[in-house]
Amino acid sequence: MSSLPGRRARLSSPGTSRLSSEAREELRRRLQGLIEDNRVMIFSKSYCPHSTRVKELFSSLGVEYNILELDQVDDGANVQEVLSEITNQRTVPNIFVNKVHMGGCDRTFQAHQSGLLQKLLQKESTYDYDLIVIGGGSGGLACAQEAAILGKKVMVLDFVIPSPQGTSWVKHNWEIMTEAIQNHIGSLNWSYGLSLREKSVAYVNSYGEFVEHHKIKATNRKGQETYYTAAKFVIATGARPRYLGIKGDKEYCITSDDLFSLPYCPGKTLVVGASYVALECAGFLAGVGLDVTVMVRSILLRGFDQEMAEKVGSYMEHHGVKFLRKFIPVMVQQLEKGSPGKLKIVAKSTEGPETIEGVYNTVLLAIGRESSTRKIGLEKIGVKISEKSGKIPVNDIEQTNVPYIYAVGDVLEGKLELTPVAIQAGKLLARRLFGGHSEKCNYINVPTTVFTPLEYGCCGLSEEKAIEIYKKENLEVYHTLFWPLEWTVAGRDNNTCYAKIICNKVDNNRVIGFHILGPNAGEVTQGFAAAMKCGLTKQLLDDTIGIHPTCGEVFTTLEITKSSGLDITQKGC
Amino acid sequence: MAAMAVRAALRGLRGRFRRTQASASAGGVRGAAQGAAGRAGSGRGCPRGGVPRCSGVGRDGRPPAAGRPRTLSRWRNSWEPCRGRPDYDLLVIGGGSGGLACAKEAAQLGKKVAVVDYVEPSPQGTRWGLGGTCVNVGCIPKKLMHHAALLGGMIQDAPHYGWEVPQQVPHDWRKMAEAVQNYVKSLNWGHRVQLQERKVSYFNMKASFVNEHMVRGVTKGGKETLLSAKHIVIATGGRPRYPTHIEGAVEHGITSDDIFWLKESPGKTLVVGASYVALECAGFLTGLGLDTTVMMRSIPLRGFDQQMSALVTDYMASHGTRFLRGCTPLKVKRLLDNQLQVTWKDLASGKEDMDTFNTVLWAVGRVPETRNLNLEKAGVNTNPESKKILVDAREATSVPHIYAIGDTAEGRPELTPTAIMAGRLLAQRLCGQSSDLMDYDNVPTTVFTPLEYGCVGLSEEAAVARHGEEHVEVYHAYYKPLEFTVAERDASQCYIKMVCLRKPPKLVLGLHFLGPNAGEVTQGFALGIKCGASYAQVMRTVGIHPTCAEEVTKLRITKRSGLDSTVTGC
Repeated sequence: MSSLPGRRARLSSPGTSRLSSEAREELRRRLQGLIEDNRVMIFSKSYCPHSTRVKELFSSLGVEYNILELDQVDDGANVQEVLSEITNQRTVPNIFVNKVHMGGCDRTFQAHQSGLLQKLLQKESTYDYDLIVIGGGSGGLACAQEAAILGKKVMVLDFVIPSPQGTSWVKHNWEIMTEAIQNHIGSLNWSYGLSLREKSVAYVNSYGEFVEHHKIKATNRKGQETYYTAAKFVIATGARPRYLGIKGDKEYCITSDDLFSLPYCPGKTLVVGASYVALECAGFLAGVGLDVTVMVRSILLRGFDQEMAEKVGSYMEHHGVKFLRKFIPVMVQQLEKGSPGKLKIVAKSTEGPETIEGVYNTVLLAIGRESSTRKIGLEKIGVKISEKSGKIPVNDIEQTNVPYIYAVGDVLEGKLELTPVAIQAGKLLARRLFGGHSEKCNYINVPTTVFTPLEYGCCGLSEEKAIEIYKKENLEVYHTLFWPLEWTVAGRDNNTCYAKIICNKVDNNRVIGFHILGPNAGEVTQGFAAAMKCGLTKQLLDDTIGIHPTCGEVFTTLEITKSSGLDITQKGC
Repeated sequence: MAAMAVRAALRGLRGRFRRTQASASAGGVRGAAQGAAGRAGSGRGCPRGGVPRCSGVGRDGRPPAAGRPRTLSRWRNSWEPCRGRPDYDLLVIGGGSGGLACAKEAAQLGKKVAVVDYVEPSPQGTRWGLGGTCVNVGCIPKKLMHHAALLGGMIQDAPHYGWEVPQQVPHDWRKMAEAVQNYVKSLNWGHRVQLQERKVSYFNMKASFVNEHMVRGVTKGGKETLLSAKHIVIATGGRPRYPTHIEGAVEHGITSDDIFWLKESPGKTLVVGASYVALECAGFLTGLGLDTTVMMRSIPLRGFDQQMSALVTDYMASHGTRFLRGCTPLKVKRLLDNQLQVTWKDLASGKEDMDTFNTVLWAVGRVPETRNLNLEKAGVNTNPESKKILVDAREATSVPHIYAIGDTAEGRPELTPTAIMAGRLLAQRLCGQSSDLMDYDNVPTTVFTPLEYGCVGLSEEAAVARHGEEHVEVYHAYYKPLEFTVAERDASQCYIKMVCLRKPPKLVLGLHFLGPNAGEVTQGFALGIKCGASYAQVMRTVGIHPTCAEEVTKLRITKRSGLDSTVTGC
């Protein structure tokens, strides 16, 4: 069925055969989306008299319909080609009623006369919900709320499986802090619940698992099972910290999920990993006075600008965090029980036979996060996931290979694992599905900040990525070290804070990468990210007046290029 | 090299501006020794023969012989023949942010430049070095003391985060002031070195115009020097205004010129005024634990968005600053115990009231330093009311080759970075490097009150006045900074408002942010507004979580809707 029309299409319209198989697949999904989303979907051409007759028929029946005028969209010819693959009909109008292919003008009028059309129209949607969101993370909730605002019937299925170490509550010095933080999280959870109720989203605290197309089984804490159906689903189950898969890791190690609710001070800590989670945790543990070591297999902050990543690391090292580089743990053994207890860790070098041992009170694993997609029955309905990461590939409208199933947030393959991105993606998805909008989530120029002791904020490309995409000779990197005013009197680290922008010389010196290492990096970066959205150039940076005295103003006076090799250490003010 | 620069700077610090013999005789400063000739050792020079020489240093150490000093009028005559080659390409009067930036830029572009700077001690006798208001008695010490106060707040928060700190953590003003002052002195030094490095001649003299091409400099010791230049830039800035009509005001009061240089804590303080200077000073004094009262006649932060201004003062009031609104001081009297007794009048009731303070700080505005420049001799026009110098878009005054930048220029924002940029652009234009004019629109700024207020673009009032209420849409939110939650801080005044045109694409006219790190938050958005950002573009920007700045990208509630604009959740 699929190969034949494909060949037909190639034969009949060689001009459009340039459409790659990927693009073709993409377009097919989009069309199927339209067909499924609309009670009556008419593909037509604005000048076609047959199309006009069909529209008049539905109008006279008082039936709402959606139209795609092929002559008024850019890829109309491709749409026609793919439609012919789906329906074996090349002409317009091409009509679908309640997802059933009706045919052209004549067939539709015949169906009207025979009463078949009325029957098809009467067949109301039999689904319990318009949308079920699986996972109550930021992205899923944002999507659910937005869909509810748009008048849809929405359910959220959320169920957190406790991590192997479990979670509970108590106090001490550390305790006061964690209690205060947990209270805040508690209040956030409460306000989430509140806003969901306000917008009439059914929130069900159950574990969701697909059993067949459009149908999901929800299992609650008591093991009771309920089945729900929905026209569309959004997977937003997020990710949970990964374990090492070595002896003793699940029994004795904790993850960042446990750290924030740890009822006792973790004491001397080994952090395994070099992700931002690892460095952030190591940073604040050292900051509250603990003895902290970070064990790193290869590079710091993979995916981030490596010059910045190394500066983040060296600042931490300078402020008491120890780094063990090119080692991986091979065994964790409990020496003493307690709160905290004592653990022995054996690690081996990644470069030779060398092994080392150490004794710590706590071992925190932060080696990455794994998507929670493996046990939700995706295989039953044929949703593809990446074998290795468990992540779900989607197209640019967050649609999986199964057209009515969408995904947002950390489960997405090749997308940023950031809360605000998930929220943005979730909202826009709901608006596209139910609000008639077409705006897609833009994953370019997404700002983020790593809250290490010296904060690192960035937006756009790393220097490495920029060179890879644009070639070094087309780039100009401006950079400088700076000394925050507040640090001067306190006599803190001169020539440590660093600012860098990467400009594309062949595109009007457009700023394609923004990096800052310094206090309040998040607050600084946010506005610049907005400016990058508006097409920030070096000239505009130069034309903007600084706010004195701040750290952010350093970007308005960048003069030294990296290629010049000039000294960037700061002497005067 | 460095050692040479240091030595050179040291020489400069001693008030002796010896330049190399060659350049001195080639370029030369015309010197004229006038006045009392009897102050041996003060180092005066005088011109000899027809060759102009470097003055200011009596190389032979001898006081000039009687009768040798020429009168100014004679100098004027002798100046005529060499009008074609003045001493300098550019002479900058005033060594503040704008003047120094202009001088350094021009020197870098190969011009022969001189800076004349002189700090008239405040009525209380406070004096300082090179760098102008910002460095010495403005932004820099202000933000440092603001930071000192913020640290106090963080110490109060610390126990919530598990830090065990003593109940009472006293603050030592002396120590803070010394550290701040030392830092400022290091900046003074840095500016001197930078001038030296760029071969800018520096004269620690009080300047006034002789004619449109010549300026007379007078040292502290009274020695005079004449300097001529092709272009002259006036960048003398401003000084705090004293309410001279109030009895005891000058005698017993201090201003922002003095507060940062006090050796001892000012104690219980009355700040008079409602300017940002008044509120910033009152803010950090309160934060440092001092009993502080602000007395204002009418509204706070005139010219700023008034809703934001009200929130700024609300926050201060809820954190211990006392406000006496609608009041005006009548007299200040020193009591026997050295306390200051202030009498004021409540304008509404007409009643008089009285209290005693250790310090009275006037922050009732600033006056431009133009009075002693003899501007009329050069033909430079000023606004008779404000006494500021009238300038055009090129910063030129009524005399085409004389310019004014910074706080002395009429209609310019009194902000360091605008002065710096205006100075640099002016220098580039004078050197034929560029024709870019300074754009004074959308200048961002931040008021460093305890809860910082950052803004760029139009206030809500200005937007409504310019476009009409029906064409303006205001998006706003009350939010809670994450750091406030655990510390159980009150966030009632943390507020953001974005003023947009109502017509799509809803261009952003103004952004107002009240909260921690407002300066850092505002800077980047200022660029966005400069780029012509629309509401939709800001909303399409992904937030950085968790920050305060991300709230700007989540503004959904319009004021017009009347909906509750309190942010809950994240």
